[in-house]
Amino acid sequence: MSRAGSGERRSAIEVLGVSKVFGNGDDAVRALDNVDVTIRENEFFTLLGPSGCGKTTLLRLIAGFDFPTEGEIRLYGEDIAPLPPFKRPVNTVFQNYALFPHMTVAQNIGFGLEMLGKPRPEIAQRVTEMLKLVRMEELRNRRTSQISGGQQQRVALARALAPRPKVLLLDEPLSALDFKLRKDMQIELKRLQHETGITFIFVTHDQEEALTMSDRIAVMSKGRILQIGSPRDIYDRPAERFVANFIGDTNFLEGTVTAVNGSKARIALAAGGEVEAGISEGVKPQGNVTIVVRPEHAAIVMAPGQDALRGTLENIVYFGTDTHFHVKLASGPHFIIRQQNRHGAREELKVGMPVGVEIGEHAAQVLKD
Amino acid sequence: MPVAASSSLSRAALVAAEADRREIRGRWLLASPALLIILFAAIGPLFIVLLFSFLTPADYGGIVWKPSGHAWFQVLFQKDIFDDTTTFADAHLSILWRSVKLSLLTTIMALAFGFPTAYFIATRPEKMRDIWLFLITIPFWTNLLIRTFAVQEVIRNEGIINTVLIKLGLISSPIQIMFTDVAIMLGMLYVYLPLMVLPLYASMEKLDFRLVEAGYDLYANRFQVLRRVIVPLVKPGIIAGSILVFIPSLGAYVTPRVLGGGKNMMLGNLIELQFGQGRNWPLGAALSITLMAIVMVALMVYVRYAAGSSENRHG
Repeated sequence: MSRAGSGERRSAIEVLGVSKVFGNGDDAVRALDNVDVTIRENEFFTLLGPSGCGKTTLLRLIAGFDFPTEGEIRLYGEDIAPLPPFKRPVNTVFQNYALFPHMTVAQNIGFGLEMLGKPRPEIAQRVTEMLKLVRMEELRNRRTSQISGGQQQRVALARALAPRPKVLLLDEPLSALDFKLRKDMQIELKRLQHETGITFIFVTHDQEEALTMSDRIAVMSKGRILQIGSPRDIYDRPAERFVANFIGDTNFLEGTVTAVNGSKARIALAAGGEVEAGISEGVKPQGNVTIVVRPEHAAIVMAPGQDALRGTLENIVYFGTDTHFHVKLASGPHFIIRQQNRHGAREELKVGMPVGVEIGEHAAQVLKD
Repeated sequence: MPVAASSSLSRAALVAAEADRREIRGRWLLASPALLIILFAAIGPLFIVLLFSFLTPADYGGIVWKPSGHAWFQVLFQKDIFDDTTTFADAHLSILWRSVKLSLLTTIMALAFGFPTAYFIATRPEKMRDIWLFLITIPFWTNLLIRTFAVQEVIRNEGIINTVLIKLGLISSPIQIMFTDVAIMLGMLYVYLPLMVLPLYASMEKLDFRLVEAGYDLYANRFQVLRRVIVPLVKPGIIAGSILVFIPSLGAYVTPRVLGGGKNMMLGNLIELQFGQGRNWPLGAALSITLMAIVMVALMVYVRYAAGSSENRHG
């Protein structure tokens, strides 16, 4: 993973050795296990993982709804772990919005400022500003029960942004919206983050959402952070099997290391042929290893060269924008290749044909385990 | 409308009207048992009480069928036996005032104790909540009279509180609690507290605690979250609980009788007195109607106020 640029921007949130244990004795559940992560100022940072991986727990620790069992949480260098939520300059957009049903849209948005003791004219002005930002001016005096899900989402965002938090926490805010609305809100969220310049910490289990919106992603599983990096890092250079599997489709191939040269290793594949594979930071490949190849980073050929994997074309699945070729390799495992459909492409590949699979340069990556 | 074209239309309308009539008849039939009970068990007796209040008392209880407004006059005024001057009926007024005062105090105290209790139960894990609710309802298993005597056992001069305080050396002679307004209030608080806790709990159980978290997140401290988020959202429970405590407190009979002694009467005791030793049924009836009127006015004012203050919030 890349560390480039970490020195340029200040860190907004530092999570240092944080563990969280719920319950005690035999029922104890370790929701977070010694997590370290630094989130930079102005960053759109995503915590990605399946449900139960601890991502929401980490968010709740930062918000102050729960307190870490061990470790420190720093906000611009100051330890905020022992502070109650109302003393942290951090606001949350809740999964189901948690708008106050007994207040209007405007009263919801102004609530935080009111609690901070801001004068009325300032609150009114800021509320107007916020309504404009989320394009909801005309619904100012509506009850929150009288507006649609998408509109509630915008009010929740405006309410959390109104007090100008240093960090905005978003707990799967788009999960309750339908597909089309979700796409719109993804763009909207990026725009809001850009316009306000606030650090966003976004929790989701949707890998596509994470890839399209984030500056950096932390992939979590079982209370641990497995990998932190830019969407491209995470997708192209997954460090662990879980990360590779969780994000996108993946081909796993077994092989033996023959040579290591800096950040590259030559791997003799069990399926035949040799590839050059990238090595993630902190991994020292030796002996038998697993490599990953993304389906779109390999090509299917009818006349395989020397380094190509040989196999039989088992299935062709047409997806409109692209086509998936399922190849059963001569050595046993299946390999999926994704090719973009071009206008006027020839269709000479037929199921049952012997084919070769060529793995592109920089396409393979050695996994940690 | 042209007559020819509308013939089939009006036929359809006739059929629909017939169906409506049958539907309405069916509903009345279904409601009739309840309506009969209300008519004979509630409206009927109430009408008799109202009627009696305008009649003349018989010498040994009961009434004489002679119309008179004297009972209503007696509710608030009295005539001096010797010089016929009209003055306010001080005894009645003080009893009226005590009833309203003690009922209000009981309601406020029940809210003060019941609110945290209900909140405590509502925030327990699901399984524990049932156990706590069960414990709250246990006093209902025992007769009211026996519970009231139990309270007496606690507060009387040789009772638990005074004994403990004397043994600890905090006081030298027992504090007189029995036969005071405080005793009546304590007794009513004990008896009616579950009626406050249960509706409050029902409201709080439905409360979305994420809203509480949202309040904390938006810089509201604990008191502000209580005042601005929790209380407005559980207001239906507060209203229901307060009504359920206030109304029976106002008409309480057993508790003031046992704990207040003969001197500290409340409206319920006064009414009983008129139908019993006082042998003045019309006055008793008039006082009963007065009690009902107070309850109705109080309810209307309270509900109007409670609904109004929540309306202002969203204005």
